[in-house]
Amino acid sequence: MDLATTGLTGAAYWLPIVWAVLAAAAIFIYIVLDGFDLGLGMLFLAEPDKKHRNIMIQTVAPVWDGNETWMIFGGAALYGVFPNAYATILPALYLPVLIMLFALILRGVGFEFRSRMHTEQTRNLWDIGFCLGSFVATFMQGIILGTLISGIKIENNAFAGSSFDWLAPFPLFCGLAVACGYALLGATWLIWRTESDLQATMRRWAGFLSLAMLGMIAAVSVWTPALHATYMQNWTTWPRILYVAPVPVAVITLALVMFQALRGKTSRRIPFFCALGWFFLAFSGLGINIWPYIVPPSMTIWQASAPPASQTFLLVGAAVLLPLILSYTAFAYHVFRGTVNEHSESYH
Amino acid sequence: MNPEFILRYFLHTIRNNVLNNKYSLNIYMIRPKKTTHIPVFSNRSNPVTGADALFLARLQFAFTVGFHIVFPAFSIGLAAFLAVLEGLWLKTDKQVYLDLFQYWLRAFSIVFGMGVVSGLVMSYEFGTNWAQFSQKAGPILGPLLGYEVMTAFFLEAGFLGIMLFGMNKVGKKLHFFATCVVSLGTLISMSWILSSNSWMQTPRGYAIEPGTGRFIPENWWAIVFNPSFPFRLTHMALAAFLSVAFVVGGVGAWHLLRAKRSGNQPTEAVKVMFSMAMWMAAIVGPLQILAGDAHGLNTLKYQPAKIAAMEGDWNSEGYAPELLFGIPDMENEVTNYKIAIPYVGSLILTHSLSGKVPGLKDYPKDQRAPSYVVFFSFRIMILLGVLMAATGLFSLWLRRKGALWTNPLLLRAALFLTPAGFIALLCGWVTTEVGRQPFTVYGLLRTTDSVSPVPGASIGFTLAAFVAVYFIVFASGIGILLRGFAEEPHQGETGPDAHHPQRAASMASAVSDTAAAGHTGSGE
Ligand code: HDD
Ligand code: HEM
Ligand code: HEM
Repeated sequence: MDLATTGLTGAAYWLPIVWAVLAAAAIFIYIVLDGFDLGLGMLFLAEPDKKHRNIMIQTVAPVWDGNETWMIFGGAALYGVFPNAYATILPALYLPVLIMLFALILRGVGFEFRSRMHTEQTRNLWDIGFCLGSFVATFMQGIILGTLISGIKIENNAFAGSSFDWLAPFPLFCGLAVACGYALLGATWLIWRTESDLQATMRRWAGFLSLAMLGMIAAVSVWTPALHATYMQNWTTWPRILYVAPVPVAVITLALVMFQALRGKTSRRIPFFCALGWFFLAFSGLGINIWPYIVPPSMTIWQASAPPASQTFLLVGAAVLLPLILSYTAFAYHVFRGTVNEHSESYH
Repeated sequence: MNPEFILRYFLHTIRNNVLNNKYSLNIYMIRPKKTTHIPVFSNRSNPVTGADALFLARLQFAFTVGFHIVFPAFSIGLAAFLAVLEGLWLKTDKQVYLDLFQYWLRAFSIVFGMGVVSGLVMSYEFGTNWAQFSQKAGPILGPLLGYEVMTAFFLEAGFLGIMLFGMNKVGKKLHFFATCVVSLGTLISMSWILSSNSWMQTPRGYAIEPGTGRFIPENWWAIVFNPSFPFRLTHMALAAFLSVAFVVGGVGAWHLLRAKRSGNQPTEAVKVMFSMAMWMAAIVGPLQILAGDAHGLNTLKYQPAKIAAMEGDWNSEGYAPELLFGIPDMENEVTNYKIAIPYVGSLILTHSLSGKVPGLKDYPKDQRAPSYVVFFSFRIMILLGVLMAATGLFSLWLRRKGALWTNPLLLRAALFLTPAGFIALLCGWVTTEVGRQPFTVYGLLRTTDSVSPVPGASIGFTLAAFVAVYFIVFASGIGILLRGFAEEPHQGETGPDAHHPQRAASMASAVSDTAAAGHTGSGE
C-alpha cells in the first residue's frame, strides 16, 4: 500500500499535522505527570526510613492512576489516528513494550498492596517490586525512544527487522538517560511536596541527578545527529540552526537556576520546574529531529495516518474533552495540595 | 460416562483441530526476514512456527483479556453498589450504610487497581499481537478506544483519588458526587468497549478501501450502534451486577453461617448486605435469562454459524431438539453422546416448534467455529445463570417467610455461588469470541490475516511471563481481598464530618501496626 504524501491537500494534509502536535503534547503531559511518579518509585529503596516511604507514596497515591491514563491515551490515539505506526512500532518493540507493561503492573498494584501486607517481609517485597517496576518501566521507555530515533526497518508497510534490534548501545544509553531524568523529576517533586529530613535528602539527590542529566543531555545531543544524515541536516542547515542555537543556552540557564535553588533551602518548586524545562527542551529537540517522520527513517505522519474520517471524528471529541480533562485533573491535584508529613491525613 | 475418556477426547480434539491447524492452514503472515542470532529464540526450534505464533498470540490474548474482564466487571458492579450505599447513608444517616461503604471501598481500591493494570496491557496488545488487524480495523476501532479513554478512563482516574482518599478533604456531597462519577465512568467505559467488540461481531457503517483492505468509517452512528451492541451491552451490564451481587451475597452468607455456628447474633451490617445482595439476585437473575434469550435471537439473525456451533447442530432443520449434552466432532461432522430434548431447540431459538435452526454443514469447513469449545462454555453459562436466578427467587420466598438470614440451604447456596457470576461471564465471553472464529471481524477479516509479524518464540516467552506475573499479582490481590472479606464490617466507621486525630497517626504507625493500615479510623 502506498500512501505517498505528495499531492495531499486539505484535511488529508492538515489533520495528521494537527494530530502530530496533539500527540506530542499528550506525550509531554505524560512525561510531566508520570515522570515524577516513576522517578519517585526509583528513589523508593534509596530511602531506608519506612515513615519516609509512606510519605513518598502519599504524595502520589491519589493521582497516579490519572497520570498513567495518559499512557493509555497515547496507545489509543496511536491506534486510532496513526494505525500504521501503531502496527509497526509495537511488533518492532514487542519485547521492550511487554517488559514495560509487566513492570507497570508490578508497580501499579504496589501502591495498594504494600500497605495491606501483614508482615514486614511481604511489605518489603512489594516495596522492592514497586521500585524495580518503576525502574524497569522507565528504562524500557528510554529503550523504546532510543530505538525509534535510531530507526525501524520497514518493508511493505510492516516491521521487517529482528526481535532484538533494540538491544544496541544507543537505545540502552537512552534508557539510562530517561531513568536518570525521571529520578530527577521524582526528587524535585519530593522537594516540593515534603518537609524537613526527607526534603533535605532529596535536595542532595537532585543535585547529583542534575549533574548526571546534564551529562546525558550533552551525550545524546552529540550522538543523535550522528545516527542519520537527515538528523544532522536538521540541526546544521540554515535557517533551522536558528531555532536550535538557543537550546544549549537555555539548558545552561536552567542549570544555573536549578543549582541556585537547590543550594538555597527555601525554594521548593523551582527545581521541579527546572527539571521539566530540561525535559521540554530535550523533547522539542527530539521533535525537530524526527519531523515529519513518526517511525523514522521511512514512515511519515501522513503514511501512518488513518483516513480523515477517523481523525476528524476523534479530533472533535478531543477538542471538547481534553480541556475538560485537564481541568478536573487540576482539581484533583488541588484537593490533595500542600506538603505531606507524617502527621498528614492517612491513606484510606 | 467415564471422565477420563472425556478429558482424553478433549485433548485429542484440541490437538488435532488446533495444533495441527485444521482451521488455520496456510497461515498468511509476514515473518521477519532476518532470523535472530540468539539460538534460544530462533524460530527453528519450533516445529510449526507460523501456526504456533498464531496459536500463542491467541492464547496470550485470551489469557490476558480473560483476566482483565473479571476486574472491570467487578468494578462496574461494585462502584454502583458503593454509590447506592453512600446515597442511602446520606439520605438516612444510618451508620450501617457508612460501615458497609467503607468495608466495600477497601475491596474496591484493590479490584480497581487490578483492572487498571490489566487494562493497560490490553490497550497495547492489539498492536503487539494483532498488528495487521490494527492496521486494517484501527481506523474504526481506534477512535472508539480513544473516546473510551477520554470519556471514561480519565473521568474514573480523576475522581478515584477523591473517592478513595478524599473523605476528609471534601464535603459529603462532593464525595458522593465523586463516587457517582467513578461509577458512571465504569459504565461509559463498558459501553465503548462493547461497541468495539460488537462491531467486530456485526460490522456496519464501513467501506473497504481498495488496495489496502482497510476498513474506512462511513457512518459513525451505524458503527457505534451496530446491531448486536444493545444486546451485548445489556447482557454484560447485567452480568456485572449479578456477579457482584453474588460476591456480596457470598461474603454475607459466610458471616451469617459463621455467626450461626458460634451461636452469635449476626451484625446489622452483615444482614443488610446479604439482604441487598439477594434483592439484586432476585431481580437481575431472571432479567439476565431474558436478556440472554434476546441476545441469542440477535445472534441467530446475524451470526447463525455461531449458533450452529453453540448448539452442536450439523444439519439445518425445523423441529430441532435441544442438546443437553454431546461431544461435537469437527472432523467427522457429528455430535456424539447426545442427550437431547425434542423440539426444545427450535422453541428456544425461534420461539416456535417448527422454526428452522442453522446447522454447521450449511457453512464451508473453513468457516466453522470450533463447536467443542462453545458448546460447553455456552452450557456452563446457562447452567450457572439458572442456578443464580433460582437462588434469587428462593430468597424472595424465604424473605416472605422471614427466614432470609437463617435458612441454611440459601446461605450455603449463596456461599457456593460466590464465584458463579464471574465463571458465567468468562464462559459467555469464550462463547462469543471463539464462536466468531475463524474471523476477527466477522465474515470479513480472518484471524490468520490479523496476526503480528512477531516470532512465536517471543510470544511464547511473554506468555510464560504473563502467566507468572499475573499469578503473583492476582493471587496476592485475591488473597488481600479474601483476608478483608474474612473480617466483618467494622462498626462506627467515620464519615467526612468527624475528624479524629487518631486517623492521622495511623500511617506513620502502619509499619509496626500493619493491620491498621488497611482500615484506619476503625475500632474506636
Ligand atoms: C453473569 C454472567 C452471565 C449469565 C448468568 C448469562 N450470561 Fe450469557 N453472556 C455473558 C454473561 C452471562 C457475557 C459475558 O456477558 C456475554 C459474552 C459477550 C456478551 O455480550 O455477553 C454472554 C454471551 C451470551 C451469548 C452469546 C452472544 C453472541 O456472542 O452472539 C448468548 C446467546 C447468551 N450469552 C445467552 C445467555 C442465556 C440464554 C443465559 C441464561 C441463563 C445467559 N446467557 C446467562
Ligand atoms: C470487549 C472487548 C474485546 C475485544 C475488542 C476483543 C477482541 C478480540 C480480538 C481482537 C481477539 C483476537 C482474534 C481472535 O482470535 O478472535 C480476541 C480473541 C479472544 N477473545 Fe476477545 N475481545 C474482547 C473481550 C473479550 C473478553 C472479555 C474475553 C473473556 C474471556 C475474551 C475472550 C477471547 C478469547 C477466548 C479469544 C480467543 C478466541 C480464539 O482465538 O479462538 N474477549 N478478542
Ligand atoms: C480487549 C479490550 C479491552 C481493552 C483494550 C481495555 C482497556 C482498558 C484499560 C486501559 C483500562 C484501565 C483504565 C484506567 O486507567 O482507569 C481498563 C479498565 C476498564 N475496563 Fe477494559 N479493556 C478491554 C476490555 C474490557 C471489557 C470487555 C470491559 C467490560 C465490558 C471493560 C471495561 C473496563 C472498565 C469498566 C474499566 C475501569 C474499571 C477498572 O479499571 O477496573 N474492558 N480497560
